[in-house]
Amino acid sequence: MLVIHEALACPAGRAAAEDRPPAVWHGLTAFAPPPIATAYGTLLNHREALAALGETVHQPPHKAPPQAPVLYIKPRHCLAGHGAAVEVPADAEVLEVGAQLGIVIGREACRVRDADALAFVAGYTICSDLSVPHPSYYRPSLRYKARDGFLPLGPWILAAHHVPRPDALEVVVHIDGREAQRYSTAGMQRGVARLIAEVSDFMTLAPGDLLMLGAGPSAPLARAGQTVRITIEPIGTLQHALVAEGPA
Amino acid sequence: MKRARIAWRGAVHAAVADGDALRLADGTRLAEDEVVWLPPVVPGTIIALGINYADHKKELAKELTITSKDEPLAFLKGPNALVGHRGRTRRPADASFMHYECELTVVIGRHAKRVKRADALHYVAGYTIANDYAIRDYLENWYRPNLRVKNRDGCTALGPWLVDAADVPDPHALELQTLVNGERRQHGNTRDLIDDVPALIEYLSSFMTLAPGDLILTGTPEGVSNVLPGDEVVCEIEGLGRLVNTIVADERNT
Repeated sequence: MLVIHEALACPAGRAAAEDRPPAVWHGLTAFAPPPIATAYGTLLNHREALAALGETVHQPPHKAPPQAPVLYIKPRHCLAGHGAAVEVPADAEVLEVGAQLGIVIGREACRVRDADALAFVAGYTICSDLSVPHPSYYRPSLRYKARDGFLPLGPWILAAHHVPRPDALEVVVHIDGREAQRYSTAGMQRGVARLIAEVSDFMTLAPGDLLMLGAGPSAPLARAGQTVRITIEPIGTLQHALVAEGPA
Repeated sequence: MKRARIAWRGAVHAAVADGDALRLADGTRLAEDEVVWLPPVVPGTIIALGINYADHKKELAKELTITSKDEPLAFLKGPNALVGHRGRTRRPADASFMHYECELTVVIGRHAKRVKRADALHYVAGYTIANDYAIRDYLENWYRPNLRVKNRDGCTALGPWLVDAADVPDPHALELQTLVNGERRQHGNTRDLIDDVPALIEYLSSFMTLAPGDLILTGTPEGVSNVLPGDEVVCEIEGLGRLVNTIVADERNT
């Protein structure tokens, strides 16, 4: 337990635990989120997630499929730790669970090449990128994606050298103990290195920044009262609850 | 009070305006061109508004897929985007249309959650000026304006000052203008904001908690035009000062 807390307390940029986290951490119910700087999400990176939109990507308002990586930001008030209870807004029936791999940047990454990109990664974590389901991706939507607590992540950052093949990881989601999604990071249009290269071509990623690889196809839905568990080996398991929003 | 963050002789200082000069905490007086100006606040969440002046909306109408508007168009930026007063901003080598956007910027001073319009201005620490450049070549209709357009390194100049809210009695009666090489190209008044400052704070705090240091860039009026390397772009807002930025060519060092 102490080892985990030490890892979580490391300053951004040296955020990765040097050693594999202990396998047993019973008794801990809530963690602080890992110390990340800015959290960037990637829209529709999974080939099947994009394919699911069919011909609509060619129709208004989109008119064409995305060309460069389409990113969004989950601001600091979104961050929540392992074990968090996230409030489901009163006006939302369900939340979409964008379970995905989180890439934690270790060094200033500006215009890096694919071949060098993995050297800029400090480690990996597990992200539960929550959204109120929204019908269109035309406009950025803070109201659907950037609500308080809408990015549980953790439980920790696993040092990159423990994750030799980040583009071949299985992401498994359970909701109330039942399997709700299973996909491989191999299905991404841009793998980890390619994504870092293309993003760092137009903006510098700073130490401690989180770049989320993208959600899988058919992201599961969950409602207040349910528990979400996301497992990505060898990182571990992130678990959080959804609760009804308290009175105003 | 007008407050700045500057770098001078190897250290970062808080400074205040003292006539035409800057004054440090120890009383040292410095001229504007003796220091490196940093963005006047260490930013928290950076929220920007699109299409928040009726005239700018009309200006963009031809290229917008959807012109109806049912809620403010708000988007987010990362800290990499900011650059201080007298800074330089790169124009990408392949860009054909890069334009400035002079914007009244609100700096939040207190945690704000579910704040009502009537109380909203109590949550404002002060105001500053943003010049939020866009490179239209990179626009895509996915989470538009996408980050490749709006979150490039150093493409959001901010400053020079954080002006205390107490010194801005009416944030909705401020003339703003942009000069390119001395020629006035953009002009407006904050009275023409579609969603004014209290409306934006009420809207945003209805679903997210605003915190001290969060910035709200309130949008820009009509009059955007292309800028080129070497251009000096000055954004002025009445009572807040003048924010100077210079466009430079994109030199790739890698």
